[in-house]
Amino acid sequence: MSADAAAPRITWRLATVIDVVPETPRTRTLVLDVPAWPGHRAGQHVDVRLTAEDGYQAERSYSIASPPEDARLSLTVEELTDGEVSQYLSEVLRSGDTLELRGPIGGYFVWDIPVGGPLLLVGGGSGIVPLMAMVRHRNAALATDMDARHRLPARLLYSSRRWDEVIYRDELARLVEKDPTLEVMHTLTRELPEGWTGFTRRIDRAMLEMVAWPPSEQPRVFICGPTPLVESVATTLVELGHNPALVKTERFGPTGGSV
Amino acid sequence: MAPFSRGFRGHRPDAAAAGRLPPGQYETRDFPVLSAGPTPHTPLANWSFTMQGADGKTARWSWEEFTALPHQTTTNDIHCVTKWSKFGTTWEGISIDTLLAEAAAKGIKPSPYVMARSDGGYTTNVPLADLTNGKAWIAFMYDGKPLPAEHGGPARLLVPHLYFWKSAKWVRELRLMENDAPGFWESLGYHNYGDPWREQRYAGDE
Repeated sequence: MSADAAAPRITWRLATVIDVVPETPRTRTLVLDVPAWPGHRAGQHVDVRLTAEDGYQAERSYSIASPPEDARLSLTVEELTDGEVSQYLSEVLRSGDTLELRGPIGGYFVWDIPVGGPLLLVGGGSGIVPLMAMVRHRNAALATDMDARHRLPARLLYSSRRWDEVIYRDELARLVEKDPTLEVMHTLTRELPEGWTGFTRRIDRAMLEMVAWPPSEQPRVFICGPTPLVESVATTLVELGHNPALVKTERFGPTGGSV
Repeated sequence: MAPFSRGFRGHRPDAAAAGRLPPGQYETRDFPVLSAGPTPHTPLANWSFTMQGADGKTARWSWEEFTALPHQTTTNDIHCVTKWSKFGTTWEGISIDTLLAEAAAKGIKPSPYVMARSDGGYTTNVPLADLTNGKAWIAFMYDGKPLPAEHGGPARLLVPHLYFWKSAKWVRELRLMENDAPGFWESLGYHNYGDPWREQRYAGDE
């Protein structure tokens, strides 16, 4: 275990909640001040630990929503039925409270500029969170360099049940408006707003053929969402000829989850 | 002592569950799926299992040969590093002891470390001592049915006493090694050994 002896322990840090931003009826973003945060890469996550007065503890993992460029660390949390940690983070925690966390964790489902592109992001529901960190990192790192943006185009295909459940909806729209090299395509699977012109079904082969760059362009693919979505999208992309080594996945939720 | 989280009570597991839960884990009744990339779908006709000695000698079994080896049913609690634990999972598979005995008959000698290798390129390292004496299997049935691909079928390594990333899905090869070397997650910041009872999640955890 010599490798472990050399590695520094990922220590617990006591973050302070600076702000709480509602995103959708079931999600909100916690903006945190983390002392001596060592920095992270887009796509990584943190472990959060809660401690009750009698010492009972609960731990869960949350994807980081903020890009490495931000001074604050943001987590976007979804309230889950019976989720002891998610309910606390969604209903109880408020500005000024402290929150224990450690990270960053995960070195595979990560993207930054040197990884290259084109960048294809496919998300379902709150699976958008680590993908949003990538979108935000790309936007911050490339700044006004239009040549670099054209060399590193990005597409996001994002499946939600309803329009009011689309996390970061306005921010995505603003980013697309000022960046012709970023495309965001929504699909809604349950309920459509009036005049909706986007996709209206679960992500399928035809949709991926339309949205994904051809395998010859070697897009870097990141898929995050409930297991059925991730399984189906990853399998379909491999069938379409994409190199499995360029298709990275992150799954969450119960096996029967759907978006 | 960790600082209190204002207003946090939590859903405490009952006493029976509490004793079975390693630190930082919670019980789930689902069977979540976690893998870093697409699920491989290797046809059984192309599937084989290989045991390789440190000297390069190999023993190989086709699917038919492999599943004809004596197998066992085993029921275990499993613990994923992403915090869920699942109690009483029932598997059917071939004990690593059986495979080592079969391989020994073909001239393959034991070595202290093992690298498991899977379809799709996944790897994980485990000390041989953690795979022997009835502690590990190559499982191909789950809950009385063929192991589904998303859970590692047709066959996965099962090492229930270590975090579940050590139980390599889609396993195709065990390679014996004189010296330890890190596998996939072990090279990406996860713990080299991964004992859930000592909460060895990440490199640097004691």
